[in-house]
Amino acid sequence: MGAPVILLQNVWFSHNGEPVLENVNLAIRKGDFTALIGPNGGGKTTLIRLMVGLLKPDKGKIRVLGKPPRSVATRLGYVPQNIGANQRFPVSVLDVVLMGRLTTFRRWPRHSRKDKDAARKALEAMEMWEFRNRHVGELSGGQQQRVMIARALATEPEILFLDEPTASVDTKHQSEFYEILRELNRVVTIVIVCHELMMINAYVKSVACVNRCVHYHGDAEVTQEMIDMYQCPVELVAHGLPHRVLKEHNGDERASS
Amino acid sequence: MIEALSYEFMRNALAAGLLASLTCGIIGSLVVVNRIVFISGGIAHAAYGGIGLAIYLGLPFMVGALGFSMIIAMIMAAVTLKARHRSDTIIGVLWAVGMAVGVILTDLTPGYNVDLMSYLFGSILAVPQTDLWIMAVMSGVILILTVLFYHDFLAMSYDEDFARLRGVPVAFFHFLLMGMIALSVVMIIRVVGLILVIALLTIPPYISEKYVPSLSRMMILSTLLSAVFTVGGLWLSYSFNLTSGAMIILVGGVAFFLSIFFDYGRSAIRTRKGAG
Repeated sequence: MGAPVILLQNVWFSHNGEPVLENVNLAIRKGDFTALIGPNGGGKTTLIRLMVGLLKPDKGKIRVLGKPPRSVATRLGYVPQNIGANQRFPVSVLDVVLMGRLTTFRRWPRHSRKDKDAARKALEAMEMWEFRNRHVGELSGGQQQRVMIARALATEPEILFLDEPTASVDTKHQSEFYEILRELNRVVTIVIVCHELMMINAYVKSVACVNRCVHYHGDAEVTQEMIDMYQCPVELVAHGLPHRVLKEHNGDERASS
Repeated sequence: MIEALSYEFMRNALAAGLLASLTCGIIGSLVVVNRIVFISGGIAHAAYGGIGLAIYLGLPFMVGALGFSMIIAMIMAAVTLKARHRSDTIIGVLWAVGMAVGVILTDLTPGYNVDLMSYLFGSILAVPQTDLWIMAVMSGVILILTVLFYHDFLAMSYDEDFARLRGVPVAFFHFLLMGMIALSVVMIIRVVGLILVIALLTIPPYISEKYVPSLSRMMILSTLLSAVFTVGGLWLSYSFNLTSGAMIILVGGVAFFLSIFFDYGRSAIRTRKGAG
């Protein structure tokens, strides 16, 4: 089994005095495919940003690959939630993906053959190589999302963090997208924020429910405890796949009716 | 124009204009893609405090303006580091305080008859040889820094968080960019004056942004456009004996509106084709 690749111990985080995460304990093993679910504002994005080192916890310990996140940041792939906030930004698909090859103070404006090969491989994996010279802002939301994922893949990460990667991918391409992730998961540990319960059931190996506290489950199922304590179904209902979950787990409603 | 070049001041003006175009193209592009036009405006106007200081202490214009804008730029960099797009109030205050300091310092300078207009609208026709050399060095510094750190600036401008994860020292480059803006602003004040700095810094990149696929080409096209505007404006101001700084901006402004009409026409034609 080995040591966990991601370890959070008694982690607290607040924003402007408002508690966002309280006493989070979480251990994710190598090769895992973990889904973070929970209501909006529950702290999923914060949790991911803590794990990649973009935020610092108020209290507690975070170890990623055995070290503080900031010191291993270049070994992590990160796909942020908001893609291309600046749609007019003049940058080509290939240039965005090459950003994944940046290192501290590279000092020379040329990319090496190795960098170009890695970028090509990542774009081909996301089936976006033919778009390499296109302006990113001209692409559809789903295509832009793939470019962001290709950029994360170009870093050749050991752990891949994805924050709602399918938000702008149409349903038809979602299962295709999860197939790619499954393929990647053979070598890469994946942590993903997502809402599609059907996808979670089919692809994910473990689930963590985030709503200020974190309830982690080693299996890919949403338990009664999660529903009661973390109000996960609220979110799941909102995303249109309520029936199975509610039938299996929502005892309260049955009791009250 | 050719005969005008027989005058030394015209040759100097042309050289100053072209050097300023180079910095405008590079720094203007970074300012526009980072959406920090307001911060640049703040630095430009606060530079007036430096002009006042130079007059008060009897220093050369470049030394006073550059030193003061550099300090203001570093303060603004510190203030905007955490939230690059949300520090409007403090920038506005620094903007105004800088100018006020300049006015008070010139008031306090005994017997000084201030030629405000030359600082507000530039004095490209009165650039001495020494200032030209300083401008050349400044342009060189900006060019070298941009080439050397192009990918860092690109990554930081496009996605700060991702750049940070890749180990790009974002805070360092944020301060460096502000410093480079201060450098270029001081140069451009010479050419078009501090009121019009923002126009020359932003019009060429705004036009370029729509037609190019990369930041580097945006810088090149913006530099060319700035050069056309400055040389064109200079020629018109010489021919009709009008204020050169304002003329340069007017040429840029006309080009700006032409490009908007051009886009409008192009998209109208496209939709008609799509419909038919």
